[in-house]
Amino acid sequence: MSNPHFALDISGLRKSFDRPVVIDLELKVRAGEFYALLGPNGAGKTTILRMVAGLLRQDAGAISVCGIDTAKDPVSAKQIVAWVSDEPMVYDRLTPLEYLEFVAGLWRIDASEAERHANELIDWLGLRPHANERCGGFSKGMLQKVALAGALVHNPRLIILDEPLTGLDAGSARQVKDVLKQKVASGVTVIMTTHILEVAERMAERIGVINHGRLVAEGTLAELRARIGRETTLEEIFLDLVAQKEADLAAEAAA
Amino acid sequence: MSTPATLPWFAAHEFRLAWRDWLAMMTAGRRVRGIVLFIVLAVFYLGLHLLAAALLGPWIRDGITTDKVTLVTVTGTGFLFWTVMLSQALESVTRAYYSRSDLDLLLSSPASSASVFAVRTGAIAFGTVLLACLLASPIINVLIAQDGARWLAAYGVLAGLGALAATLSVLVTIGLFRAIGPARTRLVAQIIAGIVGAGFVIGIQAVAILSLGNMNRYAVMQSPEFVAAAPELSSLIWLPARAAMGGLSAMLLVLLIGFGSLVLVIRATSGSFARHAIAAAGVSAARVQQSASTRPFRKSSQRHALRVKEWKLLRRDPWLLSQTLMQILYLFPPALFLWVSYGQSAGTYVVVIPVIVMAAGQLAGGLSWLAISGEDAHDLVVTAPIHPRAVLIAKIEAVLVSIAVVFGPVLLFVAIASVELAAITGLFVAISAGSATAIQLWFRVPMRRAMFRRRQVASRAATISEALSSIMWAGAAVLAAGNQWIAALPAILAVVVLAVAYALSPKGKRV
Repeated sequence: MSNPHFALDISGLRKSFDRPVVIDLELKVRAGEFYALLGPNGAGKTTILRMVAGLLRQDAGAISVCGIDTAKDPVSAKQIVAWVSDEPMVYDRLTPLEYLEFVAGLWRIDASEAERHANELIDWLGLRPHANERCGGFSKGMLQKVALAGALVHNPRLIILDEPLTGLDAGSARQVKDVLKQKVASGVTVIMTTHILEVAERMAERIGVINHGRLVAEGTLAELRARIGRETTLEEIFLDLVAQKEADLAAEAAA
Repeated sequence: MSTPATLPWFAAHEFRLAWRDWLAMMTAGRRVRGIVLFIVLAVFYLGLHLLAAALLGPWIRDGITTDKVTLVTVTGTGFLFWTVMLSQALESVTRAYYSRSDLDLLLSSPASSASVFAVRTGAIAFGTVLLACLLASPIINVLIAQDGARWLAAYGVLAGLGALAATLSVLVTIGLFRAIGPARTRLVAQIIAGIVGAGFVIGIQAVAILSLGNMNRYAVMQSPEFVAAAPELSSLIWLPARAAMGGLSAMLLVLLIGFGSLVLVIRATSGSFARHAIAAAGVSAARVQQSASTRPFRKSSQRHALRVKEWKLLRRDPWLLSQTLMQILYLFPPALFLWVSYGQSAGTYVVVIPVIVMAAGQLAGGLSWLAISGEDAHDLVVTAPIHPRAVLIAKIEAVLVSIAVVFGPVLLFVAIASVELAAITGLFVAISAGSATAIQLWFRVPMRRAMFRRRQVASRAATISEALSSIMWAGAAVLAAGNQWIAALPAILAVVVLAVAYALSPKGKRV
């Protein structure tokens, strides 16, 4: 039975492509929490998040979003989830405002409420001067902001972001981080993968480390420090945990 | 091993990429598929040789002489192949400037951009010649086998003409860059390529239809009036034909003209390649300002939001739409033929029915691909709280409404003459468009809309079944309009085509 106090409740999750990518994953994220998912390239982070967002089907296991089983009632689950990928996918030939109107239509948001919120987001993210330009000529940072606005325009309860700060300049990254902090402050849950460990260190309440499709460590920064037994940076902790897992796997293979 | 960043080194690099691309396209990484495809193509190629032998047999038996009729026929056939070469070369040259794949890497490297351009233009010429040789080889091989080795020279002529086509394509593209700028060059070059490729065939068929009442272009070339109006035997215009028929000095001259002009043009224009390619790259970075909208957000259902989005994107995508509309250009000769042949006796409007039905199928196929497979924000649509079936229904509705908007006035025009014929045409337009849409639905693979030109490569089965079903429904429509029970036959064949397409389509594995 899933617990509605968890924004995300994953149990026994498995996914294989040509090899196992996610193996018996158990992951719980509390409502209103900022959770960072870390891991080396190919660890399975994006695959996990794509399964949560409904972009991939799991081979086994259950995913529950705010108490809604994503396999049994995908439409209700999607109503409260927003997904932002590292590669912003927006329509080249729509303007940001047209894009947001389209997203609002897809999420069945009241038109006047959506318009008000869309304009707020456009201002918030510094897109006002480009609100009536087609997205085709936008830089990656601007596209990422349009995609983020699209994710926020329908007031999701869970926002999933895959490397959202990749390619953003310092100013844009700050705007995105501020928006996410405000959302968390208002009770929204944010789950984010990132390779920028300082961001995870500063913003996340809890951090999960994934390697070879398994959750190898999880906790607050203090808990992770305690686990490796020394006062150090998240980068050191991360490298230590990953190296430990690699050594375990090598030993298993040798045995 | 050649020295890095030199012309041979770039040539080897391009060849390796092209070979792997071709291999991947043909086999999709599966060895068995490659073998099966090779056998099918070999049988098809052999069939083309048998067809060529049957067509050329009487001509060869009569004895091929270098008279005016022969020169007109060989020149006309050669020109036909050359227009195809020119069309292909134009599209390839434009792509060399606009395709970004590795151009950023190459142009940002200290290697000479002139070498890159020289190799790419050479590769275009080579690809053009290869395609023309493949298309013409059944005819040439039959002539070699039955009339003598002198026809081997025809391959040399094709090589020379291919080089000339690449030369002209470079000149046209650079001319367009200078005249209308990089923002419009791609679209205009593509339209020119389409018109050049189809123009000669359509033109000569139109002449055949209007003057002789049939669609046989060779009938025009061999008609006494046409031959009489052609230049004298001593004219230089017959040089390629004479070369193809074994004139060694003529062939060397054609080769010299073709490759000489190509080398000269590469030398003259390679310096500007980087400049034009960079200008082309700037096009994608240019922003298009929409008029500031004061219209408030509209209340709409999810399906309506999807439909409106599709219509906006189709309306704002002239380049993609032009490719689709270009298909309709090829339907002009049959329309004209039917009009002239039967129009006056069997009711003028009966004859255009199959053309309308076929055009509807072809247009629906293109639009369906754009709407169903060409989804730029695939993740957004999949993560939206809407059932995938509802998304597909909305997209299909968007396509079918677009078809109705295009063909509605045409049907109205037919209805003025005969309501019954308009009803039959409307029914088959709907069936043909629905069939093409269904095929695109079964074979859907999410891709960026910009991949439109590769859609036929992505699924040959979809392309072939789409064309076949359109043809069958067109046949059924015209026979049904003539109240002939045999209309059931092409209709049954169309259903069989659809069933086979469904069986071949990838099922499941879709979220």
